[in-house]
Amino acid sequence: MTAAPTDEDEAHPQPQSLTDLFVSFTLLALQGFGGVLAVVQRELVEKKRWMTREEFVEEWAVAQIMPGPNVINLSLMIGHRYFGFRGAMAALAGMLAVPLLVVLLLALVYAQFASHPGVAGALRGMGAVAAGLIAATGLKLMSALKNHPLGLPLCIALALLCFTGIALLRLPLVYVLLGLGATACTLTYRKLDR
Amino acid sequence: MMLELQWSDWLALFGHFMVLSLLSVGGAITTAPDMHRYLVDGQHWLTDPQFNASVAIAQAAPGPNVLFVALMGWHVGLNAGGPMLGLFGVFVTMLGIMLPSTTLTYLAASWGHRNRNLRWVRAFKQGMAPIVIALLIATGWILASANFRSLSDWQVPLLAAVTAAIVWRTRLHLLWLLGAGALLGWFGLV
Repeated sequence: MTAAPTDEDEAHPQPQSLTDLFVSFTLLALQGFGGVLAVVQRELVEKKRWMTREEFVEEWAVAQIMPGPNVINLSLMIGHRYFGFRGAMAALAGMLAVPLLVVLLLALVYAQFASHPGVAGALRGMGAVAAGLIAATGLKLMSALKNHPLGLPLCIALALLCFTGIALLRLPLVYVLLGLGATACTLTYRKLDR
Repeated sequence: MMLELQWSDWLALFGHFMVLSLLSVGGAITTAPDMHRYLVDGQHWLTDPQFNASVAIAQAAPGPNVLFVALMGWHVGLNAGGPMLGLFGVFVTMLGIMLPSTTLTYLAASWGHRNRNLRWVRAFKQGMAPIVIALLIATGWILASANFRSLSDWQVPLLAAVTAAIVWRTRLHLLWLLGAGALLGWFGLV
Protein backbone atom coordinates (compact mmCIF):
# COMPACT_ATOMS: atom_id res chain seq x y z
CA MET A 1 0.00 0.00 0.00
CA THR A 2 1.80 3.07 -1.24
CA ALA A 3 -1.18 5.41 -0.83
CA ALA A 4 -1.54 7.55 2.28
CA PRO A 5 -3.08 5.74 5.28
CA THR A 6 -6.77 5.45 4.59
CA ASP A 7 -7.98 6.99 7.85
CA GLU A 8 -10.80 8.84 6.14
CA ASP A 9 -11.85 5.78 4.17
CA GLU A 10 -15.58 5.25 4.77
CA ALA A 11 -15.55 1.81 3.16
CA HIS A 12 -15.38 -0.09 6.43
CA PRO A 13 -17.69 0.21 9.44
CA GLN A 14 -16.91 2.30 12.51
CA PRO A 15 -17.88 2.22 16.18
CA GLN A 16 -21.32 3.77 16.63
CA SER A 17 -20.77 5.71 19.85
CA LEU A 18 -18.60 6.10 22.92
CA THR A 19 -20.72 3.42 24.60
CA ASP A 20 -20.11 1.07 21.68
CA LEU A 21 -16.38 1.72 22.03
CA PHE A 22 -16.43 1.15 25.81
CA VAL A 23 -18.47 -2.06 25.60
CA SER A 24 -16.45 -3.41 22.67
CA PHE A 25 -13.15 -2.91 24.50
CA THR A 26 -14.53 -4.34 27.75
CA LEU A 27 -15.59 -7.49 25.90
CA LEU A 28 -12.23 -7.69 24.13
CA ALA A 29 -10.34 -7.37 27.39
CA LEU A 30 -12.43 -10.01 29.14
CA GLN A 31 -11.65 -12.55 26.39
CA GLY A 32 -7.93 -11.85 26.53
CA PHE A 33 -6.35 -14.49 28.74
CA GLY A 34 -2.58 -14.17 28.72
CA GLY A 35 -2.65 -11.08 26.50
CA VAL A 36 -5.31 -9.10 24.68
CA LEU A 37 -3.60 -8.39 21.37
CA ALA A 38 -4.73 -11.60 19.61
CA VAL A 39 -8.33 -10.82 20.53
CA VAL A 40 -8.07 -7.18 19.45
CA GLN A 41 -6.78 -8.25 16.01
CA ARG A 42 -9.43 -10.97 15.64
CA GLU A 43 -12.38 -8.82 16.74
CA LEU A 44 -11.57 -5.35 15.39
CA VAL A 45 -9.94 -6.35 12.11
CA GLU A 46 -11.58 -9.63 11.15
CA LYS A 47 -15.05 -9.46 12.72
CA LYS A 48 -16.03 -5.80 13.15
CA ARG A 49 -13.77 -4.63 10.28
CA TRP A 50 -13.14 -1.25 11.92
CA MET A 51 -9.67 -1.28 10.38
CA THR A 52 -7.68 -3.17 7.73
CA ARG A 53 -4.68 -5.37 8.54
CA GLU A 54 -2.39 -2.68 7.12
CA GLU A 55 -3.92 0.02 9.33
CA PHE A 56 -3.75 -2.29 12.33
CA VAL A 57 -0.03 -2.93 11.77
CA GLU A 58 0.63 0.81 11.41
CA GLU A 59 -1.12 1.64 14.69
CA TRP A 60 0.60 -1.30 16.36
CA ALA A 61 4.01 0.01 15.27
CA VAL A 62 3.37 3.28 17.11
CA ALA A 63 1.83 1.53 20.15
CA GLN A 64 4.91 -0.70 20.35
CA ILE A 65 7.51 2.02 20.08
CA MET A 66 5.94 4.32 22.71
CA PRO A 67 6.53 3.59 26.41
CA GLY A 68 3.71 1.97 28.33
CA PRO A 69 1.62 -1.18 27.97
CA ASN A 70 1.32 -1.83 24.21
CA VAL A 71 -2.29 -2.95 24.18
CA ILE A 72 -3.32 0.02 26.32
CA ASN A 73 -1.54 2.36 23.90
CA LEU A 74 -3.24 0.64 20.99
CA SER A 75 -6.75 1.00 22.48
CA LEU A 76 -6.05 4.65 23.29
CA MET A 77 -5.03 5.28 19.67
CA ILE A 78 -7.98 3.41 18.18
CA GLY A 79 -10.41 5.31 20.43
CA HIS A 80 -8.75 8.59 19.50
CA ARG A 81 -8.99 7.81 15.81
CA TYR A 82 -12.81 7.70 15.93
CA PHE A 83 -13.89 10.07 18.72
CA GLY A 84 -10.83 12.14 19.67
CA PHE A 85 -9.98 12.55 23.35
CA ARG A 86 -13.32 11.20 24.59
CA GLY A 87 -12.90 8.13 22.40
CA ALA A 88 -9.42 7.52 23.77
CA MET A 89 -10.73 7.70 27.35
CA ALA A 90 -13.71 5.43 26.56
CA ALA A 91 -11.47 2.76 25.01
CA LEU A 92 -9.00 3.02 27.89
CA ALA A 93 -11.76 2.72 30.50
CA GLY A 94 -13.23 -0.26 28.64
CA MET A 95 -9.86 -1.98 28.62
CA LEU A 96 -9.20 -1.43 32.35
CA ALA A 97 -12.34 -0.95 34.50
CA VAL A 98 -14.02 -4.37 34.49
CA PRO A 99 -10.79 -6.40 34.09
CA LEU A 100 -9.42 -4.59 37.16
CA LEU A 101 -12.40 -5.75 39.23
CA VAL A 102 -11.96 -9.30 37.91
CA VAL A 103 -8.26 -9.38 38.76
CA LEU A 104 -8.90 -8.10 42.30
CA LEU A 105 -11.58 -10.78 42.82
CA LEU A 106 -9.13 -13.41 41.55
CA ALA A 107 -6.49 -12.14 43.98
CA LEU A 108 -8.99 -12.63 46.81
CA VAL A 109 -9.68 -16.28 45.94
CA TYR A 110 -6.18 -17.16 44.67
CA ALA A 111 -4.75 -17.97 48.09
CA GLN A 112 -7.22 -20.85 48.63
CA PHE A 113 -6.46 -22.57 45.33
CA ALA A 114 -2.88 -21.67 44.52
CA SER A 115 -1.49 -24.95 45.86
CA HIS A 116 -3.91 -27.21 43.91
CA PRO A 117 -1.85 -29.05 41.24
CA GLY A 118 -4.73 -28.88 38.76
CA VAL A 119 -4.80 -25.08 38.97
CA ALA A 120 -1.06 -24.78 38.36
CA GLY A 121 -1.41 -27.18 35.39
CA ALA A 122 -4.36 -25.30 33.93
CA LEU A 123 -2.38 -22.05 34.12
CA ARG A 124 0.53 -23.73 32.32
CA GLY A 125 -1.80 -25.03 29.60
CA MET A 126 -3.41 -21.62 29.11
CA GLY A 127 0.03 -20.04 28.98
CA ALA A 128 1.04 -22.37 26.15
CA VAL A 129 -2.13 -21.54 24.22
CA ALA A 130 -1.60 -17.80 24.82
CA ALA A 131 1.92 -18.11 23.35
CA GLY A 132 0.44 -19.74 20.26
CA LEU A 133 -2.19 -17.00 19.95
CA ILE A 134 0.43 -14.26 19.88
CA ALA A 135 2.56 -16.07 17.29
CA ALA A 136 -0.55 -16.68 15.14
CA THR A 137 -1.42 -12.98 15.25
CA GLY A 138 1.99 -12.23 13.76
CA LEU A 139 1.63 -14.98 11.14
CA LYS A 140 -1.76 -13.61 10.06
CA LEU A 141 -0.57 -10.03 9.86
CA MET A 142 2.17 -11.12 7.42
CA SER A 143 -0.44 -10.81 4.67
CA ALA A 144 -0.37 -7.06 5.35
CA LEU A 145 3.16 -7.07 3.88
CA LYS A 146 2.04 -8.15 0.40
CA ASN A 147 1.58 -4.57 -0.82
CA HIS A 148 4.44 -3.12 1.20
CA PRO A 149 6.56 -0.48 -0.61
CA LEU A 150 9.73 -2.50 0.05
CA GLY A 151 8.36 -5.60 -1.67
CA LEU A 152 7.72 -8.96 -0.05
CA PRO A 153 11.23 -10.53 -0.24
CA LEU A 154 12.93 -7.60 1.52
CA CYS A 155 10.14 -7.49 4.14
CA ILE A 156 10.62 -11.20 4.87
CA ALA A 157 14.38 -10.73 5.15
CA LEU A 158 13.91 -7.90 7.69
CA ALA A 159 11.34 -9.95 9.62
CA LEU A 160 13.68 -12.97 9.74
CA LEU A 161 16.54 -10.81 11.02
CA CYS A 162 14.26 -9.36 13.70
CA PHE A 163 13.01 -12.83 14.72
CA THR A 164 16.58 -14.14 14.92
CA GLY A 165 17.74 -11.19 17.03
CA ILE A 166 14.87 -11.33 19.52
CA ALA A 167 13.84 -14.99 19.72
CA LEU A 168 17.11 -16.83 19.08
CA LEU A 169 19.91 -14.43 20.11
CA ARG A 170 17.78 -12.74 22.83
CA LEU A 171 19.17 -9.28 22.05
CA PRO A 172 17.65 -6.37 24.03
CA LEU A 173 14.51 -5.06 22.34
CA VAL A 174 15.76 -1.49 22.21
CA TYR A 175 18.78 -2.35 20.00
CA VAL A 176 16.66 -4.33 17.59
CA LEU A 177 14.03 -1.60 17.35
CA LEU A 178 16.65 1.11 16.85
CA GLY A 179 18.90 -0.83 14.47
CA LEU A 180 16.51 -2.79 12.27
CA GLY A 181 13.66 -0.30 12.73
CA ALA A 182 15.77 2.64 11.53
CA THR A 183 17.03 0.59 8.56
CA ALA A 184 13.52 -0.45 7.55
CA CYS A 185 12.12 3.07 7.92
CA THR A 186 14.97 4.63 5.93
CA LEU A 187 14.57 2.11 3.10
CA THR A 188 10.81 2.70 3.07
CA TYR A 189 11.32 6.47 3.06
CA ARG A 190 13.41 6.19 -0.09
CA LYS A 191 10.76 4.04 -1.80
CA LEU A 192 7.83 6.32 -1.01
CA ASP A 193 7.06 9.06 -3.45
CA ARG A 194 6.37 12.47 -2.01
CA MET B 1 3.47 -8.47 57.32
CA MET B 2 2.45 -5.08 58.76
CA LEU B 3 3.72 -1.77 57.46
CA GLU B 4 3.55 1.83 58.57
CA LEU B 5 3.34 3.89 55.39
CA GLN B 6 3.48 7.69 55.54
CA TRP B 7 2.18 10.06 52.88
CA SER B 8 5.76 10.59 51.79
CA ASP B 9 6.07 6.82 51.18
CA TRP B 10 2.96 6.77 48.98
CA LEU B 11 4.32 9.78 47.12
CA ALA B 12 7.66 7.99 46.60
CA LEU B 13 5.80 4.92 45.29
CA PHE B 14 3.81 7.10 42.90
CA GLY B 15 6.94 8.87 41.68
CA HIS B 16 8.84 5.63 41.19
CA PHE B 17 6.07 4.16 39.03
CA MET B 18 5.85 7.39 37.02
CA VAL B 19 9.54 6.99 36.13
CA LEU B 20 9.08 3.30 35.27
CA SER B 21 6.17 4.27 33.02
CA LEU B 22 8.49 6.36 30.86
CA LEU B 23 11.03 3.51 30.71
CA SER B 24 8.53 0.80 29.79
CA VAL B 25 9.20 0.58 26.06
CA GLY B 26 8.09 -2.91 25.05
CA GLY B 27 5.43 -3.13 27.75
CA ALA B 28 5.09 -2.67 31.50
CA ILE B 29 6.33 -6.21 32.15
CA THR B 30 9.83 -5.15 31.01
CA THR B 31 10.08 -3.02 34.18
CA ALA B 32 9.06 -5.88 36.51
CA PRO B 33 12.68 -6.63 37.53
CA ASP B 34 13.10 -3.04 38.72
CA MET B 35 9.77 -3.19 40.58
CA HIS B 36 11.07 -6.26 42.39
CA ARG B 37 14.28 -4.46 43.28
CA TYR B 38 12.37 -1.44 44.63
CA LEU B 39 9.32 -2.99 46.34
CA VAL B 40 10.75 -6.26 47.68
CA ASP B 41 14.50 -5.80 48.13
CA GLY B 42 14.72 -2.06 48.72
CA GLN B 43 11.63 -0.87 50.62
CA HIS B 44 10.37 -4.26 51.92
CA TRP B 45 6.80 -3.22 51.13
CA LEU B 46 6.03 -6.56 49.44
CA THR B 47 7.07 -10.15 50.16
CA ASP B 48 8.53 -12.33 47.42
CA PRO B 49 5.43 -14.60 47.24
CA GLN B 50 3.18 -11.53 47.00
CA PHE B 51 5.26 -10.19 44.13
CA ASN B 52 5.16 -13.50 42.25
CA ALA B 53 1.43 -13.95 42.89
CA SER B 54 0.76 -10.44 41.52
CA VAL B 55 2.44 -11.33 38.22
CA ALA B 56 0.96 -14.84 38.00
CA ILE B 57 -2.64 -13.81 38.76
CA ALA B 58 -2.58 -10.97 36.23
CA GLN B 59 -1.14 -13.33 33.57
CA ALA B 60 -3.87 -15.89 34.21
CA ALA B 61 -6.70 -13.36 34.42
CA PRO B 62 -8.41 -11.91 31.37
CA GLY B 63 -7.43 -8.37 30.49
CA PRO B 64 -4.23 -6.45 29.86
CA ASN B 65 -1.14 -7.81 31.61
CA VAL B 66 -0.39 -4.35 33.06
CA LEU B 67 -2.92 -5.17 35.79
CA PHE B 68 -0.10 -6.95 37.64
CA VAL B 69 0.86 -3.41 38.67
CA ALA B 70 -2.58 -2.93 40.24
CA LEU B 71 -2.10 -6.12 42.25
CA MET B 72 1.25 -4.88 43.55
CA GLY B 73 -0.46 -1.71 44.78
CA TRP B 74 -3.23 -3.86 46.27
CA HIS B 75 -0.76 -6.01 48.20
CA VAL B 76 1.25 -3.00 49.44
CA GLY B 77 -2.02 -1.47 50.71
CA LEU B 78 -3.06 -4.73 52.37
CA ASN B 79 0.28 -4.89 54.14
CA ALA B 80 -0.20 -1.29 55.28
CA GLY B 81 -3.60 -1.79 56.85
CA GLY B 82 -6.35 -3.52 54.89
CA PRO B 83 -8.66 -3.52 51.86
CA MET B 84 -9.36 0.23 51.84
CA LEU B 85 -5.65 1.02 51.71
CA GLY B 86 -5.37 -1.80 49.18
CA LEU B 87 -7.72 0.06 46.85
CA PHE B 88 -5.74 3.24 47.47
CA GLY B 89 -2.59 1.32 46.54
CA VAL B 90 -4.22 0.20 43.28
CA PHE B 91 -5.05 3.83 42.53
CA VAL B 92 -1.50 5.05 43.27
CA THR B 93 0.39 2.39 41.30
CA MET B 94 -1.97 2.30 38.30
CA LEU B 95 -2.11 6.09 37.97
CA GLY B 96 1.68 6.21 38.27
CA ILE B 97 2.36 3.54 35.63
CA MET B 98 -0.30 4.83 33.22
CA LEU B 99 -0.27 8.64 33.33
CA PRO B 100 3.13 9.46 31.74
CA SER B 101 3.08 6.80 29.01
CA THR B 102 -0.55 7.32 27.97
CA THR B 103 -0.06 11.11 27.86
CA LEU B 104 2.98 10.69 25.61
CA THR B 105 1.24 8.15 23.39
CA TYR B 106 -1.84 10.35 23.14
CA LEU B 107 0.23 13.37 22.07
CA ALA B 108 2.25 11.29 19.60
CA ALA B 109 -0.89 9.69 18.15
CA SER B 110 -2.71 13.00 17.68
CA TRP B 111 0.39 14.55 16.14
CA GLY B 112 0.88 11.55 13.85
CA HIS B 113 -2.78 11.61 12.85
CA ARG B 114 -2.67 15.31 11.92
CA ASN B 115 0.55 14.79 9.95
CA ARG B 116 -0.23 11.36 8.52
CA ASN B 117 0.52 12.46 4.96
CA LEU B 118 4.08 13.57 5.71
CA ARG B 119 6.50 11.33 3.88
CA TRP B 120 8.54 10.34 6.92
CA VAL B 121 5.48 9.66 9.08
CA ARG B 122 4.27 7.22 6.43
CA ALA B 123 7.80 5.82 6.10
CA PHE B 124 7.92 5.20 9.86
CA LYS B 125 4.52 3.54 10.13
CA GLN B 126 4.95 1.36 7.05
CA GLY B 127 8.65 0.72 7.53
CA MET B 128 8.09 -0.69 11.03
CA ALA B 129 5.54 -3.23 9.75
CA PRO B 130 7.91 -6.16 9.07
CA ILE B 131 9.71 -5.50 12.37
CA VAL B 132 6.64 -5.45 14.60
CA ILE B 133 5.11 -8.47 12.87
CA ALA B 134 8.30 -10.44 13.49
CA LEU B 135 8.31 -9.23 17.10
CA LEU B 136 4.90 -10.82 17.65
CA ILE B 137 6.08 -14.18 16.32
CA ALA B 138 9.24 -13.88 18.43
CA THR B 139 7.20 -13.12 21.55
CA GLY B 140 5.12 -16.25 21.01
CA TRP B 141 8.33 -18.23 20.52
CA ILE B 142 9.89 -16.89 23.73
CA LEU B 143 6.78 -17.55 25.81
CA ALA B 144 6.43 -21.09 24.45
CA SER B 145 10.06 -21.97 25.09
CA ALA B 146 10.39 -20.25 28.49
CA ASN B 147 10.48 -23.50 30.47
CA PHE B 148 12.11 -25.59 27.77
CA ARG B 149 15.11 -27.25 29.40
CA SER B 150 15.41 -30.55 27.54
CA LEU B 151 13.62 -32.57 24.89
CA SER B 152 11.34 -34.05 27.55
CA ASP B 153 9.63 -30.63 27.87
CA TRP B 154 8.04 -30.94 24.44
CA GLN B 155 4.40 -30.56 25.47
CA VAL B 156 4.20 -26.76 25.95
CA PRO B 157 5.99 -25.84 22.68
CA LEU B 158 3.90 -28.44 20.81
CA LEU B 159 0.62 -27.10 22.23
CA ALA B 160 1.71 -23.54 21.37
CA ALA B 161 2.63 -24.56 17.80
CA VAL B 162 -0.65 -26.42 17.26
CA THR B 163 -2.58 -23.43 18.64
CA ALA B 164 -0.71 -21.05 16.35
CA ALA B 165 -1.50 -23.21 13.31
CA ILE B 166 -5.20 -23.47 14.23
CA VAL B 167 -5.61 -19.73 14.84
CA TRP B 168 -3.68 -18.86 11.70
CA ARG B 169 -5.69 -21.14 9.43
CA THR B 170 -9.19 -21.35 10.98
CA ARG B 171 -11.72 -19.03 12.59
CA LEU B 172 -12.28 -21.18 15.68
CA HIS B 173 -13.16 -19.00 18.69
CA LEU B 174 -10.09 -18.27 20.82
CA LEU B 175 -11.87 -19.17 24.07
CA TRP B 176 -12.28 -22.83 22.94
CA LEU B 177 -8.51 -23.05 22.57
CA LEU B 178 -7.87 -21.49 25.98
CA GLY B 179 -10.41 -23.86 27.52
CA ALA B 180 -8.72 -26.83 25.85
CA GLY B 181 -5.34 -25.65 27.12
CA ALA B 182 -6.70 -25.31 30.66
CA LEU B 183 -8.18 -28.84 30.55
CA LEU B 184 -4.98 -30.40 29.17
CA GLY B 185 -3.04 -28.65 31.91
CA TRP B 186 -5.53 -29.59 34.65
CA PHE B 187 -5.13 -33.30 33.84
CA GLY B 188 -1.36 -32.96 33.74
CA LEU B 189 -1.01 -33.60 30.01
CA VAL B 190 0.89 -30.36 29.37
